Amino acid sequence: MPVRPTAALSALLATALCAAALTACGSGSGRGPDTIKVSYKQSTDNSVKVMDTYLDGVRKQFEREHPGKKVEFVPIKAPDAEYYTKLQQMLRSPRTAPDLVYEDTFLINSDITSGYLRPLDAYLAKWPDWKQFIGTAKAAARGRDGRTYGVPDGTDTRGLWFDRRVFAKAGLPPHWQPKTWDDVLSAARTIKREVPGVVPLNVYTGKPAGERSTMQTFEMLLYGTGDGSADPLYDDRTGKWVVGSRAFKDALAFVETVYREKLGPDVSDALDPNFSTTVAGELLPRGGLGIALDGSWLPLTWQPGSGHPWPDWSRRLGLAAMPTRHGQAPGKVSMSGGWTWAVPAKAANPDLAFSFVRTLQTKDNARKWYIANAGIAVREDVAADPAYTTAQPGLAFFTGLVAHTHYRPAYPAYPKVSTAVQEAMEGVTTGDLSVAKAASGYDATVEDVTGGRVVRR
Amino acid sequence: MRRGHPAVRALPLAPALVLLLLFLAGPIAYCVWIAFTDLQLTGQAHSSFTGLANFRRALRDDAFLNAVRLTLVFTVLSALVGQNTLGLALAALMRRASKPVRTLTGGVVITAWVLPEVVAGFLLYAFFRREGTLNAVLDWLHLPRQNWLFTLPVLAVSFANVWRGTAFSMLVYSAALDEIPAEITEAAEVDGAGGWRRLWHITLPMIRRSIGTNLMLNTLQTLSVFGLIWVMTRGGPGSRSQTLPLFMYEQAFQNSMIGYGTAVALLLLLVGSLFSVVYLRLLRTEV
Repeated sequence: MPVRPTAALSALLATALCAAALTACGSGSGRGPDTIKVSYKQSTDNSVKVMDTYLDGVRKQFEREHPGKKVEFVPIKAPDAEYYTKLQQMLRSPRTAPDLVYEDTFLINSDITSGYLRPLDAYLAKWPDWKQFIGTAKAAARGRDGRTYGVPDGTDTRGLWFDRRVFAKAGLPPHWQPKTWDDVLSAARTIKREVPGVVPLNVYTGKPAGERSTMQTFEMLLYGTGDGSADPLYDDRTGKWVVGSRAFKDALAFVETVYREKLGPDVSDALDPNFSTTVAGELLPRGGLGIALDGSWLPLTWQPGSGHPWPDWSRRLGLAAMPTRHGQAPGKVSMSGGWTWAVPAKAANPDLAFSFVRTLQTKDNARKWYIANAGIAVREDVAADPAYTTAQPGLAFFTGLVAHTHYRPAYPAYPKVSTAVQEAMEGVTTGDLSVAKAASGYDATVEDVTGGRVVRR
Repeated sequence: MRRGHPAVRALPLAPALVLLLLFLAGPIAYCVWIAFTDLQLTGQAHSSFTGLANFRRALRDDAFLNAVRLTLVFTVLSALVGQNTLGLALAALMRRASKPVRTLTGGVVITAWVLPEVVAGFLLYAFFRREGTLNAVLDWLHLPRQNWLFTLPVLAVSFANVWRGTAFSMLVYSAALDEIPAEITEAAEVDGAGGWRRLWHITLPMIRRSIGTNLMLNTLQTLSVFGLIWVMTRGGPGSRSQTLPLFMYEQAFQNSMIGYGTAVALLLLLVGSLFSVVYLRLLRTEV
């Protein structure tokens, strides 16, 4: 007779399995009030340990200054989009919510609306260093309820990188600062005429480049259209999204001009999802690109030990601020993003978590972090510190742009609005749509995805 | 041996049943529930039941209809036509080939099959891209080059899926062809039936069941292809290779609309079951 488990044994086994399964879900970490869990985005590149090293140093300092307290890291190793998803799932439950999380300003407002985060005003009021943070950066982590939910740990800005060798061949000045959009286009036309074989101007476009297209290209144009006093994308007063604006069509027309006149890369290259790697890793170092509208973090790509070391980039490349449309005040425009430290609503030890933020953001630690990460200072005391401004070429230039920078209206509908922008851009890039058609398509989509919360300007 | 009460006799099954309910039926039921709500990953304090709104929205959404169209084109091109026919042809040809040829061909085809999806995606991206292998070959032949991933994205990803999935069909058909008794083929040959007639009147009817099974498995596998397309084109340019799984991903995780994305997933399930019903009918017909 084959050996069969008896009924009693199976019942026991079932109970044991269920118990094991349930406790596995329910036990949490068994942490006490003396341990905080900190989640952050770990680089998907195993050779990049910048953040891990920096955080571990701060942890040692914190544990020394707070005897008996412990910091435990819960790194999430994922690309941006997956990091947000994973984090949002963790924030939903008190069992999985860490005590401190690293939040992108791109989605922080969305997570505030979801009730995932805890307002920090009470802590900030008692923290003298908070006065050092610049106003626009503080606003990036402010909810629609007026309360602040995150402490920014730096930002980024954007501008025009140009190749001095290409400029010399084209007969353009080595210290170039365009005053208007037309100056940028006419420099690109000159390069196209005088230096064949070189891509005159790169602006990211379309859905494959994702948020890079929206923020780095489109919004850099859009926010340079008015006088800078009103947000051209979102109306703060009514809490509605702007549609039907002249400014929107002007920005689209710029993109259309670049690709119609073949001042940009070949359309099929521009719509390759991996094109940004080509720009930073191949085109710029090989002198194949005249002007690039790109971000302050590019030198990270060229550091020794990275895939494309290029130590003398600062001699070959020049930097210029992106001008406003007609050169109207303030003359320059930049967009900023960046990350903040936030305390989840379901955190077990919020007080201790904020103490850790204070250690993270001492002046010395902040400076160390900006330099390690090629980040742009959002603290006035660090921005004025020569030890920071001279640490790397370009840092002073990009820090100077902070005065003219804008943060995105990163409200819950923003990711959908951003996709609509990318679709409009792609339409004019391929020539499938006219500017008017693409803009009206954008208007219709935004009206749909925001549930009709739009205002015509 | 004394027979116990039916409930007691069913007891040994209980652990398996509990685990199935807990880890399989539970999540599935939860997914079905989500599809009828406006649940978002972020940006919303509370979700609510919205009935069929997600499904109505999908049927009005041009991007969804575009994804359905592309999914059908992709499935018919790569699963029905590509993998299936090529697999049968390879299996038939390899029966006559010499052993070294058979080993080499089988090795290559099966290597493509065992490669992880993402690796295969990168290989084919490198093959089709503007500076890629295919254009280098075309240059060498003095034929016009083009950016395949841009001009013919659906064709490129379909080819990639054929390249990757043919081995499975080949294995299924090799086994099926081995089952055909040699006497029948020989008798037909004696009666003067040519190659095509033998294929049409003997081989195909005799492996009919294998064809049905193979078509069903190929289709279901192809309907859910994600990584391959994501790596090669991200569904682009525009939405010109955005099949249903990619559309679902964009809605659920990029636009955070989990409810809508799940509804789309259920509709994808529906498309899969429609195909299955057709094949099952094909299977049921006796020779």
